[in-house]
Amino acid sequence: MPKPIARINDFVVKFANVNGSGSASANQLFARAILRMGVPATPRNIFPSNIQGLPTWYEVRISEAGYLGARGGIDLMVAMNPQTWDKDVAGIEPGGYLFYDSSKPLPESKFRDDINVIGVPLTEICNRAYTDARQRQLFKNIMYVGALSALLEVDSAEIEKLIGEQFAGKDKLIAPNVAAFRMGRDYALSNLDCPIGLRVRRAAAVGDRIFVDGNSAAALGCVYGGATVAAWYPITPSSSLAEAFTRHCRRYRVGREDGKSRYAIIQAEDELASIGIVIGAAWNGARAFTATSGPGISLMQEFLGLAYFAEIPAVLFDVQRAGPSTGMPTRTQQGDVLSCAYASHGDTKHVLLFPEDPHECFEFGAAAFDLADRLQTPVFVLLDLEIGMNERLCAPLAWDDARRMDRGKVMTFEDLESGKEFGRYLDVDGDGIPYRTYPGTHPKRGAFFTRGTSRDRHARYSEEGPVYADNMQRLLRKFETAKGLVPKPVLHPARHSTRLGAIYYGSTSPAMQEALDALESDGTCVDALRVRAFPFRDEVIDFIAAHDEVFVVEQNRDAQLRMLLVNEGGIDPARLIPVLHYDGTPITARFIAGEIAKKLAAFNVTPLRKVVS
Amino acid sequence: MSYLAKPTLHHPKLPVNKLGYTRRDYEGAVSTLCAGCGHDSISAAIIQACFELDLPPHRIAKVSGIGCSSKTPTYFLGNSHGFNSVHGRMPSVLTGANLANRDLIYLGVSGDGDSASIGLGQFAHCMRRGVNMVYIVENNGVYGLTKGQFSATSDKGSKSKRGVVNTDSAIDLVSMALQLGATFVARSFSGDKAQLVPLIKAAILHRGAAFIDCISPCVAFNNHAGSTKSFDFVREHNEAVNFLDVIVGRDSIAVDYAPGTVVEVRQHDGSILRLRKVVAEYDPHNRVVALNYLQERQAAGEFATGLLYVEPEPEDLHAHLNTVETPLNRLTEAELCPGSAALERFNAAHR
Ligand SMILES: Cc1ncc(C[n+]2csc(CCOP(=O)(O)OP(=O)(O)O)c2C)c(N)n1
Ligand code: SF4
Ligand SMILES: [Mg+2]
Repeated sequence: MPKPIARINDFVVKFANVNGSGSASANQLFARAILRMGVPATPRNIFPSNIQGLPTWYEVRISEAGYLGARGGIDLMVAMNPQTWDKDVAGIEPGGYLFYDSSKPLPESKFRDDINVIGVPLTEICNRAYTDARQRQLFKNIMYVGALSALLEVDSAEIEKLIGEQFAGKDKLIAPNVAAFRMGRDYALSNLDCPIGLRVRRAAAVGDRIFVDGNSAAALGCVYGGATVAAWYPITPSSSLAEAFTRHCRRYRVGREDGKSRYAIIQAEDELASIGIVIGAAWNGARAFTATSGPGISLMQEFLGLAYFAEIPAVLFDVQRAGPSTGMPTRTQQGDVLSCAYASHGDTKHVLLFPEDPHECFEFGAAAFDLADRLQTPVFVLLDLEIGMNERLCAPLAWDDARRMDRGKVMTFEDLESGKEFGRYLDVDGDGIPYRTYPGTHPKRGAFFTRGTSRDRHARYSEEGPVYADNMQRLLRKFETAKGLVPKPVLHPARHSTRLGAIYYGSTSPAMQEALDALESDGTCVDALRVRAFPFRDEVIDFIAAHDEVFVVEQNRDAQLRMLLVNEGGIDPARLIPVLHYDGTPITARFIAGEIAKKLAAFNVTPLRKVVS
Repeated sequence: MSYLAKPTLHHPKLPVNKLGYTRRDYEGAVSTLCAGCGHDSISAAIIQACFELDLPPHRIAKVSGIGCSSKTPTYFLGNSHGFNSVHGRMPSVLTGANLANRDLIYLGVSGDGDSASIGLGQFAHCMRRGVNMVYIVENNGVYGLTKGQFSATSDKGSKSKRGVVNTDSAIDLVSMALQLGATFVARSFSGDKAQLVPLIKAAILHRGAAFIDCISPCVAFNNHAGSTKSFDFVREHNEAVNFLDVIVGRDSIAVDYAPGTVVEVRQHDGSILRLRKVVAEYDPHNRVVALNYLQERQAAGEFATGLLYVEPEPEDLHAHLNTVETPLNRLTEAELCPGSAALERFNAAHR
């Protein structure tokens, strides 16, 4: 028997549950209580799409050091699902802990002798205390949170306070929940060795950060960004974005006096209709968006080409999951980078934003509408399941009340009336961005016909080669303009100067931070650049130029961002070394640091081997 | 093909409507369709209807899909914004446009391939949502633009120009619109201006999903013997259920009809639709009767034309969604952005 793992504020707890058993809110209570104690905790929902019995897992990484990425390995397994028992028990680190419901005796073969087993007869206690079947089920969850609070020294006052907040308004439910919590806690205190080697100790490492999921934050960004029309078709992991927008709108967008909605949300018949509605609304001067995932993006291709060519602002949130096809629909990936960047037939390029966490989901969510209006083109915000569907500790959301929507170049009635020249596709400012008019603006001037076929600068149908090419060139100029408008990359210089660089983006962020620390403590210094948008700003290309080798860390098989860098930045592929994680689980620091170390070792070894052979 | 501008000089004696516009102000570029194409007659009827209703041209938005029919918005209402979108997807684009600005009049133009083949889904969902629009299908039973293939409205047994016989059953968009909850359903014929113009006027005044299936022979690919959408065939098999007069609230024209053969429908905006019945038992307020009648005439090899169904008090999508009266595209930061104080409260609730 290895020594029991002893760690304070740095361990991983995983809950194995049966879907629909009411465990979600109990597990969240556990994670939030730890946050309230000032210790960063990062939960992840793991939910297979099609396994019988519908198991779900909730993994919480507790890290006072502030590492929010997935770590790998489990120190304490809360095994509440008999169906997944064997796999769950097998995943525990040697010296780790297994917490289980000991009401029914289990054969010894079901356990391991290198872990610490903690049994609490939860069902038995519940059956004694409650008669109603549903109550027995629900209170069992709160009860294990009670037992865990004693075992891990989680402050019971924080949990009881959270229960009070959770049921505010339904006050009748507070006392029974607190009672169940105490029942579990008291059982552990009087029957088990408390605490175990894993402990939570009050710290001050959370600060003013908030705890929210990326989809909900992105949806709030849409509210703040002035979106009024949303059209969507349900698909995991994006549905909760549209649902959150609905919730936020009911709260913030219903007129106090007239009770009328200042928004319109359509659950469309498919993704073609979703993007069609968005394009129609945006053409007509409303801010509009859709939320989808990879399969939806595939269906929207034709329309995206239209929006690019007809220059319609449209905002898309692609909460990526593992593809191709249905792939692993409930697993995370950064697999749609290329299909979004060049969506549709013909020559197209689109603006992409890569938020790292819910804070940026909010920020980019709002900014996407300004960018789309300014550039008159589709803008994609690429989340993934990892940040979209999981709550994550992040900087509080911020808004400057002086901020105004940038509606871009729109000619008004007054402009037209004063005789200003209007040509829908005239590049008057040399930035490739023409002026547009909203339908219905002026009785005699400014009307034009929008089409996906080629046309001249005054929007008149034309199949003349030079006219077509002229327009395609202008669209390229517009894309150049976009480079200067999209969010800048964020540089994390290494402590010592180095010729090694790393590029990463999106949800890879926390694992990357941790990996860089680990590499540095092993003596490997790497400058890191977090890319936040496509087209790439000059800073990205300059960063690559300033380093000999640059690792490009991604969560897909084909090194999609690397391909974009090679293609759009004209970069020698040999200088961009892919580090790729794509098994559907979120990327970890262990993986990144391990891969980078391995590749570095290979560089040094290769010439020697050549000499030998 | 290239863009042909029309001379804009007006004859000083051209009649003007209440807004001072001449019929010319409702026209568009010169049509590039085949001479004699039914679609051009429909464009002319749209121009006439808008002129007679005294509509400000710029307050109309034209949206279409792809096809010869979908090209026509270039050939009418040149002072209106238009959107020639993608094949079969006019309904979604128009739905979005309508959500953005409920104050404009929306004219959706489509073909039978556009609406009954590739776009059947969007047609259906747009009808069931009750988007406030006029939805005209210029139905020639053929893909005109791609040169004569059968469409989903081609009748079973009809013969293509190349002599191929269609073996698939036809989709009847009128019956579908009725089943899907459209609140105004009509059928007409491009060659029957007297019937078509009032139908378009009534559809424009209708505040809900108004569907007009307009049989429109394709002279290039569907006007031969064996075609069931040719001029001759339609003229012979047209069974009108009623004739329509549209009386806008402010008009004071008294129309006299013999009682017993006239039904008056007062629409939401005060306009009156006066239906002179040809078929005595026809009740345009009853979906079931309408559906039965359609089936019956179809079995007899006839097209029932006229106003087949109308709901005088329709509800549209905006009513379902309870949206504000101000068009969504005119709302400002003050009405849309909850501001930093609300965000602070949001932050506090997530700690
Ligand atoms: C996605 C897609 N598929 C195919 C086409 C080719 N296409 C253009 S028009 C058309 C058929 C049009 O038929 P209809 O709507 O009946 O219009 P008509 O020309 O008969 O008026 C087709 C198949 C296209 N434009 N887009
Ligand atoms: S091909 Fe047919 S539908 Fe097209 S313009 Fe000619 S006549 Fe009209
Ligand atoms: Mg056709």
